Amino acid sequence: MTGVVVCHWQHLGKLVGIHAKRSCGVFSWSLDPRTALVRAGFSVRGFQFVEMSSRKSKNNSLIHAEYISQVQRILRERFYHQSPHSNLFGVQVQYKHLIELLKRTAIHGESNSVLIIGPRGSGKTMLINHALKELTEVEDMNENVLQVHLNGLLQTNDKIALKEITRQLNLENVVGDRVFGSFAENLSFILEALKKGDRMSSCPVIFILDEFDLFAHHRNQTLLYNLLDISQSAQTPVAVIGLTCRLCLSEDTSVREVLQKHFNVSKNLQSLHMLLMLALSHITTSHPFVTAADLMEAHQLCSMDSKANIVHGLSVLEICLIIAMKHLNDIYEEEPFNFQMVYNEFQKFVQRKAHSVYNFEKPVVMKAFEHLQQLELIRPMERTSVNAQREYQLMKLLLDNTQIMNALQKYPNCPTDVRQWATSSLSWL
Amino acid sequence: MPHLENMVLCRESQVSTLQSLFGERHHFSFPSIFIYGHTASGKTYVTQTLLKTLELPHVFVNCVECFTLRLLLEQILNKLNHLSSSEDGCSTQITCDTLNDFVRLFKQVTKAKNLKDQTVYIVLDKAEYLRDMEVNVLPGFLRLQELCDRNVTVIFLSEIIWEKFRPSTGCFEPFVLYFPDYSIGNLQKILSHDHPPEYSADFYAAYINILLGVFYTVCRDLKELSHLAVLNFPKYCEPVVKGEASERDTRKLWRNIEPHLKKAMQTVYLREISSSQWEKLQKDDADPGQMEGLSTYTHVELPYYSKFILIAAYLASYNPARTDKRFFLKHHGKIKKTNFLKKHEKITSLVTLQLLTLVGHDDQLDGPKYKCTVSLDFIRAIARTVNFDIIKYLYDFL
Repeated sequence: MTGVVVCHWQHLGKLVGIHAKRSCGVFSWSLDPRTALVRAGFSVRGFQFVEMSSRKSKNNSLIHAEYISQVQRILRERFYHQSPHSNLFGVQVQYKHLIELLKRTAIHGESNSVLIIGPRGSGKTMLINHALKELTEVEDMNENVLQVHLNGLLQTNDKIALKEITRQLNLENVVGDRVFGSFAENLSFILEALKKGDRMSSCPVIFILDEFDLFAHHRNQTLLYNLLDISQSAQTPVAVIGLTCRLCLSEDTSVREVLQKHFNVSKNLQSLHMLLMLALSHITTSHPFVTAADLMEAHQLCSMDSKANIVHGLSVLEICLIIAMKHLNDIYEEEPFNFQMVYNEFQKFVQRKAHSVYNFEKPVVMKAFEHLQQLELIRPMERTSVNAQREYQLMKLLLDNTQIMNALQKYPNCPTDVRQWATSSLSWL
Repeated sequence: MPHLENMVLCRESQVSTLQSLFGERHHFSFPSIFIYGHTASGKTYVTQTLLKTLELPHVFVNCVECFTLRLLLEQILNKLNHLSSSEDGCSTQITCDTLNDFVRLFKQVTKAKNLKDQTVYIVLDKAEYLRDMEVNVLPGFLRLQELCDRNVTVIFLSEIIWEKFRPSTGCFEPFVLYFPDYSIGNLQKILSHDHPPEYSADFYAAYINILLGVFYTVCRDLKELSHLAVLNFPKYCEPVVKGEASERDTRKLWRNIEPHLKKAMQTVYLREISSSQWEKLQKDDADPGQMEGLSTYTHVELPYYSKFILIAAYLASYNPARTDKRFFLKHHGKIKKTNFLKKHEKITSLVTLQLLTLVGHDDQLDGPKYKCTVSLDFIRAIARTVNFDIIKYLYDFL
């Protein structure tokens, strides 16, 4: 269990703990908080203690504001900044394996390579940061181990990557921040520097490659090839650790509790963080505890359907055009359409007997059509060709019938005949 | 914040959500926030006003303006530099063209004293254009807090929904915030807020009511509506100014303005005449029936041969080249007989009328190339006047 303990030594110890899998609780004891924790069966490690001033203050609300601010600060740092204070859940086996491997490189001088695969938000970066932190805490290797952190998003080709490695290792051809020399020179320089050392006296280097799959897309995969080659053959002990994501589809089942519902929609820890943090961000002096209502509201915000939101804001003319497209899709079985066809369909509706929708001029309808295209609700089948006029370009609608009908339900002040037109198909003929 | 409420109308819930997300100055916040909503729903205005009023260190960048990565990154860094160095104006311009350098320079710039312990906000407006840049830009900005290891939050503003941004291999998911469209009541309230001081608020509110009644079913864009409101207000006040009606004479005022607004929809709303032309037309007190936009130029009388040139141009523009022989063997003779010089003049006059446009480069030596830009309805009308059945010659109608 992790948490934040805010102690006011003289009087009470309040334990405000929020655990991802259990609900929030507020406990208070009149004992020394650490003892209280141990008695309650929690391990003290992983808790952060915030000491408040022991002055007896007349103004209670001032103390509340201060400690709420501190709690917010710490929790935000944990959730957003992912500082490695927290314990690891569910990855103990992997962690043991990883730390073993790193120790073998650092202490025994053995070269290794590891690839950590997991879906996004499953804790890979947290795992490696934790392991590195523990490694640097072990006494006999404090200054010895060199670390090079690379990220596939930043070092988009081998040249930049090589310069970054040279920079991070502070090798001799770096003056300040600028790196001199060509790609080939830099590569051979690094390889030489790493090769010269032998297992006993040279510093082990740990390479951490985030977004590993992006490095694999570089030309000829030069960097990867060389790094892994070094880790097999070189004298300097080198550990290459890659982190990459693997896409994972989530299931959707219906359940009652908000947290359970959220867990089923997305098993991604990051989205859970988002949900909880959103609920927590409403905590102020006037509203000091997280309530069920906060969590429900946060869930609402997180699970909005964005396309429905956009359709909600369209004008009546634009809604009519979408309904016309829906009818065309029904009649012609999803064949692409052009503006002229949609306009004809719209004319049929307006001239029939609808009085609530004015028979707008064609250019006005064209402007509404172009607005839909700008919002990316409709898309041209191919790139704009010079030969076809705008009215005759073939388009596709990116909403399906269920989405349209659902959006219409929520559309404010929808004229009745427009709604009837949407639900009817050819029955008005 | 009462001061904020006066500046930002009808957005209380969004403002409070944003404020609670920001938290206090030194707090960490969501690494990235994605705000979406219709155009003119207040995304840019609310974000800017909130950041300025709370005096949080921020950088505002428009992705349409900064259409290459270098421009985007340099603007962010230089603006941040400006923020941090309050004393002098002339600090050296930073150059940067990759995300890797950006991260390194960003860490340096944010070491400045007044930026160090606070959240720095980077706001990217029109963020849908980021999708067209290098592939690592969007995922990089989403994770900027982690990559730089600094207290920074990136806010994306866009009209397009988040699902269309997400890369296929996934990325760090931002917090998605929706700015709902304004209801008709909200629009009424916001538009009536800007009433000119000479007239009463009720008078202006009645005018806005009429305006919305005509335009609301077509357009809900606040920018368009406020533009139309400003343009047409003088016409609305005319009876009052002339003394023909009092401020409360709603029926008379409505009868005066309604045909005018309908005409506005066909011309100035479609940008077929400019706003200054529209204002001039109002001042000259022209009969509304006489106002024509460019799309209604059927009354323009063209000389006989010009009409044939136009028809030929239309057929040439929209029929595939290989079908020409099939259609034109008999007809070709007629066009060739025309005097070359006259033809050139006639073509130039057609270009001036914007019925033909020049395509291709000006320096093409073997003659300029033109394209016909009229609609099918127009060309049919023209063809009818010369007894030419154009439909028989169009490939698409076979």
